[in-house]
Amino acid sequence: MISNQSIETASYEIMKKAAIDIPEDYLAGIKSVASRESGELSGFVIKTMINNYQTATEDRRPMCADTGLPRYYVKVGDQAAFEGGFTGIERALRSATARATRDVPLRPNRVHPLWRTEHNNNVGINAPEIEWTFEPDADWIDITTVHKGGLFGTDYRMLFPGDGVDGIKRFLLDTLISFGKRGLCCQPAIIGVGLGGSKDTCMQLGKQAACLRMVGNRNPDPKIAQLELELMELGNSIGMGAMGFVGSSMVVDLHIEVGHTHTGGLPMSVHTFCLSSRRATARLHSDGSVAYRTDPKWFTPYHRRETIDWDQLSRGEAHA
Amino acid sequence: MLEEVHVSLPADAEAIAALKLGSVVYLDGVVYTARERVYQRVLNEGHSLPQGLGEISNVNFHCSPAAAVKDDGTYEIGGVTATASFRFSKYLADWLDLSGTKIIIGKGGMPGDDYQHVLAPRGAVYLTTVGYGTGALLGRGVQGVEAVHWLDEFGIAQAMWLFRVKDFGPFLVDSDLQGQSLFAQQGDLVNRKIDDLYTGLKEPALHRYGETKDRTDELI
Ligand code: SF4
Repeated sequence: MISNQSIETASYEIMKKAAIDIPEDYLAGIKSVASRESGELSGFVIKTMINNYQTATEDRRPMCADTGLPRYYVKVGDQAAFEGGFTGIERALRSATARATRDVPLRPNRVHPLWRTEHNNNVGINAPEIEWTFEPDADWIDITTVHKGGLFGTDYRMLFPGDGVDGIKRFLLDTLISFGKRGLCCQPAIIGVGLGGSKDTCMQLGKQAACLRMVGNRNPDPKIAQLELELMELGNSIGMGAMGFVGSSMVVDLHIEVGHTHTGGLPMSVHTFCLSSRRATARLHSDGSVAYRTDPKWFTPYHRRETIDWDQLSRGEAHA
Repeated sequence: MLEEVHVSLPADAEAIAALKLGSVVYLDGVVYTARERVYQRVLNEGHSLPQGLGEISNVNFHCSPAAAVKDDGTYEIGGVTATASFRFSKYLADWLDLSGTKIIIGKGGMPGDDYQHVLAPRGAVYLTTVGYGTGALLGRGVQGVEAVHWLDEFGIAQAMWLFRVKDFGPFLVDSDLQGQSLFAQQGDLVNRKIDDLYTGLKEPALHRYGETKDRTDELI
């Protein structure tokens, strides 16, 4: 049985891990873009960032003082046995957020949009966000926290089917160039592209693509995987590196997620997951054990299913 | 290799004049944080500056620390990261005049016009944090909290913090006393290639209201 208390403790742990320890896959990705960087200033910036990650881990302090907007992604297995109901989980997540804010410490970022008042704990109306999904044949609950920088590097546009790949490239360039100048989006970054869905789904897909997939991971559709690589190369050919200085380090990786959309439209969103790509995951099993990792494993085959029924035959792959 | 310099604070006119675009800077002494709430309080509402601020520090850091007040009333400073400075452009002339500040540290620089017409004529320069997210490195450079003002009223992010710092950095010199800007110079170099990136891509089916097609434009 998974108790509210163990959910609170595990969520507090991942809040800390996310804020302090740079995920290995992103660090490896940064090092590989750095090895190709010939711009002196851009190269210096990346070297300093790598130094910063080490300092954060050694001193156990947050790698960036801007907490971003901490949030949670929860995946509940059909067979997960937990107490306290869904609202019990939500309460535990809010409590963990407040406790980690005080203890790490994290900067309390969340304020009321109009009155600019706050509770000094990153908790408030609709904050932290909690997104729920479900998984067949699983007796666990996965909780992922993401602390994504909040101000720059995200945009949405309604393209049309006739715009095609050219339109996608155009909008990606527009976004990367405008937010890349002066490094407002803190590149080199993991770029998430959402294609399709309705407007809000499109935003959500792009954000999840940026924050919930590992560097080096490709979309299972080979043609989309190809497009990911092509767009990544396009981003790195802009001539802009870290902080908008001359260079080649813009994109560490680029992930695309799609959703079936309106027959007349091709909505697209772009999201940049900044130099502090903060994510951490805990899996709580029904037997009470907890395991921590940096791969959210959010986009399972079940999650990307296309049909009404979840195909029995492909069930075996679900947890691969 | 980029040139590296250490500056003792408060910085004197000579040290500031010697700062060259693109040099790497580390600071020793006291820096203070101030952003919109502090500016409004002093400049719009007419409150006076904390006593003696000018003698202690002439460095304004556009920053909100990840800090917490401990049970014994002392402060714990975790990470320290700059916030985007262009938003404070409108306050700067009056603020520099009133506070005697000579170094602004922040994220992303200010428009070139501000360097030429506001900072340089007042003997002030702009340093940018590096990569922006270097909160842990900068946090390590903070040795202690000298004082904090308006904490209860403004909260942790907007309060005025005075940090005692050592080997605090790295920062890059973005503007000098001639009013030149490193960001602008680098931006010009990047801009030269941008048109080529779009050649061969077809026009979008629907344009956006207020859209610019001049990609050399900046958002700030
Ligand atoms: S965008 Fe930059 S400053 Fe903001 S959280 Fe990310 S690394 Fe930190």
